[in-house]
Amino acid sequence: MGKKLESNFMNMVIVLFAVTLIASAAVGYVYTLTAGPIEAAKQAKQTNAIRQVIPGEFDNDPGADIWKMKTPDGGELEFYPAKKNGEAVGTAVKTYTNNGFGGTVWLMVGFNPDGTISNYSVLEHKETPGLGSKMDFWFTRNGKGNVIGKKPGTHGLKVTKDGGDVDAITAATISSRAFLDAVNRAAAGLAGTADATSGATHQNQ
Amino acid sequence: MEYILIFIAAVFVNNIVLAQFLGICPFLGVSKKVSTALGMTGAVTFVMILATIVTFIVQKTVLDPFGIGFMQTITFILIIAALVQMVEIILKKVSPALYQALGVFLPLITTNCAVLGVAIMVIQKDFNLLQSVVFAASTAIGFGLALTIFAGIREHLELVAVPKGMQGSPIALITAGLLAMAFMGFSGIV
Amino acid sequence: MNNFKVLTNGIFRENPTFALLLGMCPTLGVTTSAINGMGMGLATAFVLIMSNLVISLVANIIPDKIRIPSFIVIIAAFVTVVDMCMAAYLPSLHESLGLFIPLIVVNCIVLGRAEAFASKNKALPSMLDGLGMGLGFTLSLTLLGTIRELLGSGKAFNFPVFNENWGMLIFVLAPGAFIALGYLIAIVNRIRK
Repeated sequence: MGKKLESNFMNMVIVLFAVTLIASAAVGYVYTLTAGPIEAAKQAKQTNAIRQVIPGEFDNDPGADIWKMKTPDGGELEFYPAKKNGEAVGTAVKTYTNNGFGGTVWLMVGFNPDGTISNYSVLEHKETPGLGSKMDFWFTRNGKGNVIGKKPGTHGLKVTKDGGDVDAITAATISSRAFLDAVNRAAAGLAGTADATSGATHQNQ
Repeated sequence: MEYILIFIAAVFVNNIVLAQFLGICPFLGVSKKVSTALGMTGAVTFVMILATIVTFIVQKTVLDPFGIGFMQTITFILIIAALVQMVEIILKKVSPALYQALGVFLPLITTNCAVLGVAIMVIQKDFNLLQSVVFAASTAIGFGLALTIFAGIREHLELVAVPKGMQGSPIALITAGLLAMAFMGFSGIV
Repeated sequence: MNNFKVLTNGIFRENPTFALLLGMCPTLGVTTSAINGMGMGLATAFVLIMSNLVISLVANIIPDKIRIPSFIVIIAAFVTVVDMCMAAYLPSLHESLGLFIPLIVVNCIVLGRAEAFASKNKALPSMLDGLGMGLGFTLSLTLLGTIRELLGSGKAFNFPVFNENWGMLIFVLAPGAFIALGYLIAIVNRIRK
């Protein structure tokens, strides 16, 4: 093995600079290679979530027709309208709640044109694994607290403990309430804007 | 109110060591005595707050405007390493007493994943500068709390007859598990 | 040491998790399932192999005093590459490993091997050392992940093994990580003797 380079100031500056430069260039190059696929993966995730909650066929790109709505507590709902031949077949709503047991829960909820829930998908949550995390399937048609086909309307869905008709996840009432809160928020947002659309005033963003 | 929530969440609910598994190496390594645990906490608090401020400013003024967010990991770890060196040199000159107390812990901090973890987390959580500082300080306090309690338990553990196979790291890890279980009681308050 | 010994050294004799107790953060943090443990292990292995290779090649032209910062930059570059590739081609794994991928940078195993082995050895043994250590790490993470997944949710690699209601939830949660690893190390210590 050769002799080591001496630790004088010039050597150190040059070597460290060169190492950093080469490393940055390499990382930058990989970045240009992966930027496209990363974007595509994100896009695919969103499209999949929308496809999962809208049961029927649609031929538009809901991501392109997206519109957003501010909520009173500073958050934002995203609406993805799905259309076939120009006719609305449903809307996927990206909604959230801050009342989860472990913080914010993000859902994608699909609504039929008549306001009933067509399906949902949990995008992100930090609920307790094995308890609150059961919301992935608990509220589906085969789950024990089915909400699909229900119409939250403006008064909203509630768990049975609060006088509603949705069975909460066993031992995870807080997570269940949070889930319904997010669903109701989406429904209320959709209902509110459905009224607004008659005046055709909602802005595309 | 918002800052109190960040504080409680970072110290108790999402404790950096017991719930997020960051900074485990010093947690297991320097927790045999309460006094060293306190020293380590001091050094970590200092570096964590400083590093969070600097990395936050660099992210907002250099990485974001130039669109080179992919350089985040390299930049942050270099900043942290440089900061630790600087703190060591300055401390040696300015306050030899403090250097005596914290000096031996400083080199260990560069590879303390909690410091880099917090720097990245505040960017991911989209905090502003003040929130980031509160978060960093609270996380450091949470780290100190876990470390000190654990050191206290381990001091007692030394006097107990532990079965031979469990001596050393196994019993330490299981104790940490029980401590994590106790901290789980905090979940859901925020 | 011949090359074969260098390779197996990391897997058994100096297994980073069970013998050296290094890299504890990802070991405890991501092993909620076997797949996560394996993914993390392989990502770390890749960084170990590549950084060991590069560092063994350039160690001679790096002055001693800036050795550590230079090593860190090289390691960080490979970590960023892994991070971006995972985000692009394995998005769901990338999401579940989350923060722990950039944190491979501060995994003591990587810098430790760079300093203790790669900076003093030639390219081939350095790569084998990285491979051995990486596989050892992957093996222990997969083992811990499998145990936690099996006890916690009754599955292994996502395939149900026990019935749906089986599961000691605690093993998927934070305390279970510490406790499972504690017992595992005790058992491994026993076997090694």
